[in-house]
Amino acid sequence: MESGSKSINKKLMMSTETTPKHREFHPHILPLSVYIGVGSALFILTGVTVAASFVDIGGVGNLILALLIASIKGSLVALFFMHLLYDNKLYALFFCVSLIMLTAFIVITMFDTMRRDGIYEQRSSPIQISADIYKNMQKHEE
Amino acid sequence: MENATQIELGRVNYHHHNPNLAHHFHDMEQQHESIKLGVWLFLVTEVLLFGGLFCFYAIYRAWHPEMFIEVNQLLDVKLGALNTLVLIFSSVTVALSIRSIQMDNKKQAVMFLAITIICAAIFLVVKYFEYSHKIHEGLLPGKYFANPDIAAVNPHIFFSIYFGMTGLHALHILGGMIFLTWVLIRTHMRAYSSSYYTPVEMGGLYWHLVDLIWIYLFPLLYLIG
Amino acid sequence: MYNDTEKNFLTHPKGIMSWLLTLDHKRIGIMYLAAILAAFAAGGFFALGLRLELLNPGKQFMDQDTYNKFFTLHGAIMVFLFIIPSIPAALGNFCLPLMLGAKDVAFPRLNLASWYVYMLGAMFCLYSLFSGGVDTGWTFYSPYSTQTSTSVISMTFGAFILGFSSIFTGINFIVTVHKMRAPGMTWYQMPLFVWGSYATAMIQVLATPVLGITLLLLIMEKVGGIGIFDPEMGGDPVLFQHFFWFYSHPAVYIMILPGMAIISELIAVHAHKKIFGYRLIAYSSVAIALLGFFVWGHHMFVSGQSEFSSMVFSFITFFIGIPTGIKIFNWMTTLVKGSICWTTPMLYALAFLILFTIGGLTGIFLGALGLDIQLHDTYFVVAHFHYVMMGGTVIAFLGGIHHWWPKIFGKMYNENLGRFAFCFIFVGFNMTFFNQFMLGSQGMPRRYHDYSNFLKTDLFERYHGFSSYGAMILGVGFVIILCYLVASLFNGKPAGNNPWGGLTFEWSTTSPPPTENFKDDPILKHGPYDYDKVLPKDI
Repeated sequence: MESGSKSINKKLMMSTETTPKHREFHPHILPLSVYIGVGSALFILTGVTVAASFVDIGGVGNLILALLIASIKGSLVALFFMHLLYDNKLYALFFCVSLIMLTAFIVITMFDTMRRDGIYEQRSSPIQISADIYKNMQKHEE
Repeated sequence: MENATQIELGRVNYHHHNPNLAHHFHDMEQQHESIKLGVWLFLVTEVLLFGGLFCFYAIYRAWHPEMFIEVNQLLDVKLGALNTLVLIFSSVTVALSIRSIQMDNKKQAVMFLAITIICAAIFLVVKYFEYSHKIHEGLLPGKYFANPDIAAVNPHIFFSIYFGMTGLHALHILGGMIFLTWVLIRTHMRAYSSSYYTPVEMGGLYWHLVDLIWIYLFPLLYLIG
Repeated sequence: MYNDTEKNFLTHPKGIMSWLLTLDHKRIGIMYLAAILAAFAAGGFFALGLRLELLNPGKQFMDQDTYNKFFTLHGAIMVFLFIIPSIPAALGNFCLPLMLGAKDVAFPRLNLASWYVYMLGAMFCLYSLFSGGVDTGWTFYSPYSTQTSTSVISMTFGAFILGFSSIFTGINFIVTVHKMRAPGMTWYQMPLFVWGSYATAMIQVLATPVLGITLLLLIMEKVGGIGIFDPEMGGDPVLFQHFFWFYSHPAVYIMILPGMAIISELIAVHAHKKIFGYRLIAYSSVAIALLGFFVWGHHMFVSGQSEFSSMVFSFITFFIGIPTGIKIFNWMTTLVKGSICWTTPMLYALAFLILFTIGGLTGIFLGALGLDIQLHDTYFVVAHFHYVMMGGTVIAFLGGIHHWWPKIFGKMYNENLGRFAFCFIFVGFNMTFFNQFMLGSQGMPRRYHDYSNFLKTDLFERYHGFSSYGAMILGVGFVIILCYLVASLFNGKPAGNNPWGGLTFEWSTTSPPPTENFKDDPILKHGPYDYDKVLPKDI
């Protein structure tokens, strides 16, 4: 843990050290083939994810598969289109921290929402008859 | 100060006359990197802003899996897939516009930016047709929900989440369109070149994030059945 | 350009528009200072109202609905308008670029925008104040907040907007620390105030967006009935608490981390000693910032969340004590054999050590699952967070104001009056809040406007009476501080560049600094606390 944070800090220091010379601005240009390749991969994966949704794997299998494909697509966009693969790794670090925080938020909240059976009889109550929603429905039927 | 040549710490430090360099930055590289880091931090806030809605989705889906499966049949997969392809295509074109301006090809950059904005408009038009169809069917969020044909409990919550997520996303598309239009006009006015194109790249980064969020929204809302 | 030494950022350029459109971080810091002090006065007004009502049992001068609005407005104004922007946006804005040897923050326009966004948010809060007030408590818990007819929407929308101002400041600080440091300044040569502000900025950027979406959803729930927080619609009100505290618990560290950052400066400078455990203090700031994201559920032990998550949250809560303890011990060790000057800032720093330790330790009590059942929603909690927020942050803020006042305005205040006012603050604060620990453990619930029919009414009356008189002493202390600080602007002695003998960059420039901060680009000659290497005559 200690050594890990040290090495990150070292990297951060390296990345922001002002180099002795006045720095000219050099754009980092990727070949056209990268964009076309990544773009076609994204198109194909969109087709794959739609096709996969028609196959019933059962349980949460479809959910996991869909999220997996989405994550591959997302990584392609982030790494190539957003240049995370080539840029200063600091940007990738911040982006990853936001994803970790988001995951922690969802998972820790679900520690509560998925384990309430000890207190409540039902996980979530169905709509009560008095709720406005049923009044609207009656209007719709009329 | 502008013309002064200072020698300190054994390095020569002089100020360029680049009109795009703000006074408090040392050089263009520092300015570009600072703005890029700032934009990335902004994207971090966007991830967590949408994150709240993703958390909602996860919790209610875990509570009512059968309802999500029944209700998401009502969404139009074809239109959703069409919009996904349109957004991915616009993501490619915005990336290419940055590449063009990096190579000082102003004409091409303007063309790619224009295609991106048109794609965004197509996305919103498709979204409009989807929304009006839902509204017609009474598939509305919360207390406005008025479709008696669904057997599962709490279908209105799915539509709260659906309209919340896609609505916030559509607002971001709209914001991106406005920003990219401004960038397009500035590019056309020759404000950017290979030595300064920071706003084009920042607009591109934002646009890719909007695309990235849609890449997750599409399977989560339309496909999981 | 700077032949005229009289030209400083305060006097040049002149005119009200040059202030309203300024991009100078120092001026924006002062504009923030004025705004948050106004908010502090408003919040303090409501606090005094509460204390007067509780002076004796029975109705004194306000009914229960007015009382509910008073404590809500006291909380909301103090939290959203005062304490969250207080140290980062006012003192941080002024000091951070100076300490790094930079000419400005990375995005001066964003910085100015953050002030205007703050004012816009404050307008919405003011509007809700004058359109009937809010009576939900500053936490806006559903389902009450979605049902009450008071002006919750404008208040929550105001808080939503204020979030943007906080995010702007956070983004600015992170980029400034990463990219704008003076040549040769490494991460471990930054002053600890910068480390603390950096950790704070990380929380501002990561947590505030979740508050934004939560408050938007609350407004949607109230306006459009989307049903996600409403149990009648199949929603879950406890989810609101999760969402709210995912921001608001880290926000507690947005409030205290800058306070700790100031204390690191005050103790090292006013004891003229190299700070003990520099790296540990720096790391512990970051550790608190990150750990603070995983403990939000300790606000919800009695809300009906699952026992499992209560257990997890309680467990992680205890870990927060470790980095906090590291800081306290490092500061105390710094004081050992230091040449302590009994200046006003030092007095506030010492007060911080005492008061924050009490506040922090009682927080550990409240993190224990069993004990929290007894103490939840009693005055014990009120005393705890006032010891942390006021005994911690506000005391540190006052210390910071006294520390950097000579730098900001170039004038010295009356030190004797400063020490005199400090006595009022310290005595008044402890009188107000220490007995509330007893009050709470005896069972007095918070947010009650009357306690006349309780079994222990006589006991409660004694404690409440003490509290109310203490609050008045505290109020007098603040008035004295305001008077001598304002007086110093007109008749204060010139402070000189470095009245305290500080080694960080801000003390190497003139007081007040020129608009460009430094006449020559600053060169790093020594670390921020190298009192063992730099001789006093060289300072």
